Amino acid sequence: MATLDRVKILVLGDSGVGKSSLVHLLCQNQVLGNPSWTVGCSVDVRIHDYKEGTPDEKTFYIELWDVGGSVGSASSIKSTRAVFYNSVNGIVLVHDLTNKKSSQNLYRWTLEAIYKDSSPTGIIVSNGEYDREQFVENPLPLLLIGTKFDQIPENKRNEVLTRTAFLSEDFNAEEINLDCTNPKYLAAGTTNAVKLSRFYDKVIEKRYFTKDPSQMAGFTDRKRFNFKSLHYD
Amino acid sequence: FMRQLFKDYEVRQYVVQVVFSVTFAFSCTMFELIIFEILGALSSSSRYFHWKLNLYVILLVLIFVVPFYIGYFVVSNIRLLQKQRLLFACMVWFTFMYFFWKLGDPFPILSPKHGILSIEQLISRVGVIGVTLMALLSGFGAVNCPYTYMSYFLRNVTDSDILALERRLLQTMDMIVSKKKRIAMTRRQMFQRGEDQNKQTRFWEMIKSVTSTQTGSENLSQIQQEVDALEELSRQLFLETVDLHATKERIEYSKTFQGKYFNFLGYFFSIYCVWKIFMVVFLHVLFSFLSQVKFWSQHISFILVGIIIVTSIRGLLITLTKFFYAISSSKSSNVIVLVLAQIMGMYFVSSVLLMRMSMPLEYRSIVTEVLGELQFNFYHRWFDVIFLVSALSSILFLYLAHKQAPEKHMAL
Repeated sequence: MATLDRVKILVLGDSGVGKSSLVHLLCQNQVLGNPSWTVGCSVDVRIHDYKEGTPDEKTFYIELWDVGGSVGSASSIKSTRAVFYNSVNGIVLVHDLTNKKSSQNLYRWTLEAIYKDSSPTGIIVSNGEYDREQFVENPLPLLLIGTKFDQIPENKRNEVLTRTAFLSEDFNAEEINLDCTNPKYLAAGTTNAVKLSRFYDKVIEKRYFTKDPSQMAGFTDRKRFNFKSLHYD
Repeated sequence: FMRQLFKDYEVRQYVVQVVFSVTFAFSCTMFELIIFEILGALSSSSRYFHWKLNLYVILLVLIFVVPFYIGYFVVSNIRLLQKQRLLFACMVWFTFMYFFWKLGDPFPILSPKHGILSIEQLISRVGVIGVTLMALLSGFGAVNCPYTYMSYFLRNVTDSDILALERRLLQTMDMIVSKKKRIAMTRRQMFQRGEDQNKQTRFWEMIKSVTSTQTGSENLSQIQQEVDALEELSRQLFLETVDLHATKERIEYSKTFQGKYFNFLGYFFSIYCVWKIFMVVFLHVLFSFLSQVKFWSQHISFILVGIIIVTSIRGLLITLTKFFYAISSSKSSNVIVLVLAQIMGMYFVSSVLLMRMSMPLEYRSIVTEVLGELQFNFYHRWFDVIFLVSALSSILFLYLAHKQAPEKHMAL
């Protein structure tokens, strides 16, 4: 009964960061009670009203494809995963705020998803040095989500937030930090919910409407920190 | 090696790393000592001292430290018991020690002269577990080795097979997606109808909407069940596809030069493993004939010992690395490292014990001196038995798996 149009969004990230909980939260508006390892890929669907409240309102299906596994998997697993990367319209990158390596692996994830046939290890990245140009010309909208926000003690929150701010600059993406076991982070009306729905809108626009930068819903220009010289390692 | 293990995952607790490296280091020192033993490199008294020291430390680590940490981390992974972590860890540890003791009872190990916490008893128990483990692993390895390396066994996988399977996988995913869309749409309609219902107060309208929502929810649960079944199917298909990809890569690899080299090695190893199995069988039968060939066997046994050491270490490390990658995740990486350290330690200790079997009499003196009076013959027999059992069972298992796979493909 796919009478509505659909967009396909990949949810990528290391093993154990909380992708399945996140997808469950986004689609069912409920917390996932028994998270277990995702074997292969699990899909969930969410109905989204594009341009809600305006006369242009249209409903779309948003498919969130949650792909399991890690970047260091055997190449046979990687080539099997590549099957899921076809015709993707947007990517959600999930990393664990308590685990630095998971955010560093995100570069490799993005490369794996975009360049489906080349093995990511050949291209970059031992410590964050990579080519930003690749992401500038990348047509896919990205969203960065940091999970397990509640597990960071209060005193460390600032440094974690600065670090993720750098990350989102690198990816040229919005970022959301949340805790997948607490639905209040995504309750209607919060900044996070607004960012989410703007991301969905962006994906839908890229997919279905002609690209015209002047027409796109304006993202609030994130305040660019003056930390450009300071690149984290 | 450590770099490779920890490349992808943060093991934040440095204690874990330290424990692992300590275990590894001391195990290697033990092997060095054996080699020195045979070569007569150092003076005998210093060798003795080093042996003792090594053994103490290793046993200490293996028996006290590691299980405690394992219990600690396993318990912290279970969310419920977070508050009383320490208490539960101690409980787990005591259970472990209890079972440890119990293990010793049915075996003819205890000699009435020694006290409770003497070295011999501890070694004996560690030795039992380690020997069992080693026999299992080597039995499985002996059979798996030729199976993996020899291209004779590789099934022929063509690209079209893989493509067909991938298409099936994608089809299944599409079906899952469309069913989920139905569920979402139905839920949304129910929700909207629920909202409308609040606005109206007519009695009959409420009845109508109640019945329609009822059929809606029945539909939902049915579709949900279908979705669950489909998801299970998709997982299986995914795993099969991974298998096919792996086989295809092995085929390609075997065509390269390196592959051919390993293929040859595989033949060599398979012959060696088969010979080892036969040797085990024959040792029981031809016990009396061995004394005649003593002189000749010294050199052979020395070479054998060397080969055994090298191959077992290499095999162990490779298997551990693969295992580590296969089941690692950020939650349990600590536990896994500790488990690996434990297994490794036990493996090394027991291989020391077992190597006595291969070494001729003169060299055994110092080993016997250090380790006290243990019933070594028992160990040999035990090892052989377990080795045979595991080799046979793994042959059976692989045979079944091999037969099953082509059948599955036929059915598709």
